Amino acid sequence: MESPVKQFEISEIIRFGMIGDSPVALTNSGLHMILIVAFITGGLMLATRGTLLVPNRWQSFAETIYEFVANMLREMTGKEGMRFFPFVFSLFLFVLVANLVGMIPTAFTVTSHLIITFSLAILVIGTVIVYGFVKHGFHFLGLFVPSGVPGWLVPFITVIEVISFFSRPISLSLRLFANMLAGHIALKVFAGFIVSLLSVGGIGYVLFPLPFLMTFALIAFEIFIAGLQAYVFTVLTCIYLNDALHPGH
Amino acid sequence: MMVDPRRNGKDEGEPKPGDEADMSTRLERLGSRLGEIASGREQSAKAERRKASDASGLGQAFRLSAEFIAGVIAGGFLGWMLDSFVGSSPWGFIIGLLLGFGSGMLNMLRASGELNRKATSDKPPVPARRPEDDARE
Repeated sequence: MESPVKQFEISEIIRFGMIGDSPVALTNSGLHMILIVAFITGGLMLATRGTLLVPNRWQSFAETIYEFVANMLREMTGKEGMRFFPFVFSLFLFVLVANLVGMIPTAFTVTSHLIITFSLAILVIGTVIVYGFVKHGFHFLGLFVPSGVPGWLVPFITVIEVISFFSRPISLSLRLFANMLAGHIALKVFAGFIVSLLSVGGIGYVLFPLPFLMTFALIAFEIFIAGLQAYVFTVLTCIYLNDALHPGH
Repeated sequence: MMVDPRRNGKDEGEPKPGDEADMSTRLERLGSRLGEIASGREQSAKAERRKASDASGLGQAFRLSAEFIAGVIAGGFLGWMLDSFVGSSPWGFIIGLLLGFGSGMLNMLRASGELNRKATSDKPPVPARRPEDDARE
């Protein structure tokens, strides 16, 4: 049985050349990302091609997703947060489709790599910092000084708040990455048990339905987690964007 | 909101509408009924939310541990960066780790406070409000 982490290996498909010691190549991860973006763009363009007054099923599906994200953003950040809608919508769809594509057998799970989720999280926090400073100037730093704290504690709490702010992209990316990684490893391990038991023979033939049922349940659970994690990622993005929009209280 | 037929019939039997006091009592009654319906809807929505949050205990565990680990990593990293700029190794790293431990705890308490608020609070969720605020009050 091959290692359960072999599915996360990066392999080169086309090599374009070298920069210093690092190869520049199209990898399986990159190919999957291109396909995901093409799928999202193509799917949404096809679904909204006609723009009927009474939507057909594809158009109403696209409209449902649109309204889901739009309502979430409006609820969390208010009306002025809607300027971030294109960003949040693309982020949600990318994470959701990447997670779901990972559930297709033999497909690569893009979001099971920390660097991908961390890049997305850095993009979010970068937006928060840049927009916060452009919009509010140094007033944005008031985010780090909580109100209602005794005077001698303020410097201490401020340092902790700054660390807490910097831990946001880490926790945002770590959560998505860990969920995807752990889920896929668990799935692979249980599926591997089926093969091992069948190759043992004898009592293995009696016991093999147990991991089989477990794998069956885990696949459903993983699809649920794929949706849930995309949702959580987007909700936290909205909460952080709200900080950039309304830093002082 | 549709007009309730039972309600309508009862109102007909009451003294003739027209004078101010009567109108105001009717308005009051209507207001309280609308309030009841709205609160009933809120109740059912809250129950639904509670069910959804209970369904994913594993999700909560992942979330809380990620918050804590992220705090420690961020604190250690910031301390280490300070070390490499100022040259105070290893004190920045040590103090950074300790402060990171504190901020990880803070993050975790905020995250769990948010989860508790969603599950048990009687207030309707206030939009445009950070969950972090609740930890501060």
